[in-house]
Amino acid sequence: MDILQLLVSGIANGCIYGLLALGFVLIYKASEAVNFAQGDMMMLGAFLGITFINASYADLPFLIGLTLAALLLGLFGYLLDRFVLRAIFGQPQFAMVILTIALGFLMRFVAGVIWGHDPTSLETPFIGQVWMIGELMIPVVDALIILTTVGLTSLLYFFFARTRLGVAMQASSQNQMAAYYMGIPVKRINAIVWALSGVVAAIAGVLFAAKGAVEPSVGLLFGIKAFAAAVIGGLGSLPGALLGGLLVGIVEPFAGRFLPEVGQIAPYLLMLVVLVLRPGGLFAQISQKKV
Amino acid sequence: MSNRFKSRYDDDINLFEGRWHLAQYALLIALLLAAPWVLGAYYLGELTAVLIWSLAGLGLMLISGHTGQISLGHAAFMAIGAFTNLALMLRGWHFIPALLASAITSGVIGAILSRPILRMSGIYLAIATLALSIIIEDISIMAEPITGGVAGVFAPPIALFGMDIDRYATPKAFYYLCLTVLVVVTLGYLNLLRSASGRSFLAVRDSEVSARALGVNVARAKTLSFGLSCAMTGLAGALYAHLAQAVNYESFLVLISITLLLQVVIGGLGSVHGAFFGAIVVVLLPQTIAILRDFLSNTAGVSIAAYPGMDTALFALLILLMVIYEPRGLYGVWFKIRTWLQLFPLYRKGMFRRTRTYLKTERQR
Repeated sequence: MDILQLLVSGIANGCIYGLLALGFVLIYKASEAVNFAQGDMMMLGAFLGITFINASYADLPFLIGLTLAALLLGLFGYLLDRFVLRAIFGQPQFAMVILTIALGFLMRFVAGVIWGHDPTSLETPFIGQVWMIGELMIPVVDALIILTTVGLTSLLYFFFARTRLGVAMQASSQNQMAAYYMGIPVKRINAIVWALSGVVAAIAGVLFAAKGAVEPSVGLLFGIKAFAAAVIGGLGSLPGALLGGLLVGIVEPFAGRFLPEVGQIAPYLLMLVVLVLRPGGLFAQISQKKV
Repeated sequence: MSNRFKSRYDDDINLFEGRWHLAQYALLIALLLAAPWVLGAYYLGELTAVLIWSLAGLGLMLISGHTGQISLGHAAFMAIGAFTNLALMLRGWHFIPALLASAITSGVIGAILSRPILRMSGIYLAIATLALSIIIEDISIMAEPITGGVAGVFAPPIALFGMDIDRYATPKAFYYLCLTVLVVVTLGYLNLLRSASGRSFLAVRDSEVSARALGVNVARAKTLSFGLSCAMTGLAGALYAHLAQAVNYESFLVLISITLLLQVVIGGLGSVHGAFFGAIVVVLLPQTIAILRDFLSNTAGVSIAAYPGMDTALFALLILLMVIYEPRGLYGVWFKIRTWLQLFPLYRKGMFRRTRTYLKTERQR
């Protein structure tokens, strides 16, 4: 029973990692860029959610607050791409890594100035409520997180596989020039995908804040862990991101319980093992170029 | 400056292009040697920090700038160097063998780790090295006999040439020690770059496929480069331990790894100058901001509220502008100014216009 309980909390945590990893994968899939500020965007989303929902701020209903936070962060993602990231359009991946690391530093600073450095958490209508299945306790928050994650992942999966926009995004990531020739507006596609990942980050952030406290620097290590999850799954694969997130989420509490010395670093050890055995992750997307 | 006529093949790879070039660097060395008599104890300490971070930056420059493999985990090797040095000195080793041992230990560990790690590329490599940096934090808590656990270890004074060198008691001697190490390493680095191994690193950076086609052993080049890079960073770590006087797991957080990479980028990837420029910015930026803040509040009456993390934010902003407008970093800026001076009335506006590039997938290599 204890094990099952650990498993439930691990899965719920893993889903948040998965959601964040989804944000990484979205951007990677559409523009082959890696957004090292994804964790910090999640932090911004969490604070926006707190601003809209908490009684001491705007005091809106949960769903309306969530929607507003998602829309606002989506707009932020769009503007970020339009006015900052477009300046280095077409440059190697590495430039984007450095640029997003710098953006993450700036976001942390701005959030610290606006919301302060004290940990804050979200007041939700279902705080503290649990469902009992036999002796197993399932907090309502955890159930909500799991359902949202599964729903969002399948939605995005079909979006990439079936819609014109999704296929255009995949094309523009594989070869920008060729995508141009095919009449795909690559720059606009990039902006849309950044907006989309902003929305996903806001949802992840609000769910994260519903489960625990947030402060401006929470995004750094959480983001790195989620990135590890995305890499375990094979960067560029949506189901892989979810699987990686779940693996990280489950490994963490179990390692903390049974191997307390390595509890903190278990996710990274897992990632290193996966990467050494399969350098492209579980659902590898890399192939050797035929000359 | 007049155009130089090259009459021998050696002219292409000589360390110094001519007497004038040599004189410039001799002047620089003379200035650095004179610095302790000009600067106060505090600024001498800052200058020593610049030297040490330059050394760490040089290490990262070799693997990231000259071999093209991004490492976000070099603070881990600083930690290995620092802890090795202090642990050996506390067990009665002399400073110089302990310093060499710390370079060798981090180099060997780096080379061993590089075999599995360097099979990855691009972003996978970045995250793997980042993970390494996080794991080292934990290991440095667990390996208590060497690292002193959570409390860390204190640096003993360095006994050298019959005197005790200590960062606070004898700042000048410590400064000269760091300067000597840095000059020796820099000369070694420059010589490495013009050797066959060094040129094979550049070939691997520019295109792995073509390097392999030309007969470069890519795996060997990467391992050698990573090992040497880690050795230099380990040296910097050992000196840093004596500068900070005490190190524990918190001295080499992930953030240090990230800052080190940003430092190299801001200086200019792929240039030896860049490592030095970057270190100057990283060490002196907080000072500059503090001085500026005092100046503004004293003279203009404008007070900038002391937001925590202000200097990090400004540093990030600088990086942002640099990546967008000058991808070759401060070295690029300096290079443009130098060209402008050399060509004086003939400089044209579009000389450094970047060609339009398109991103191609790295999923097919």
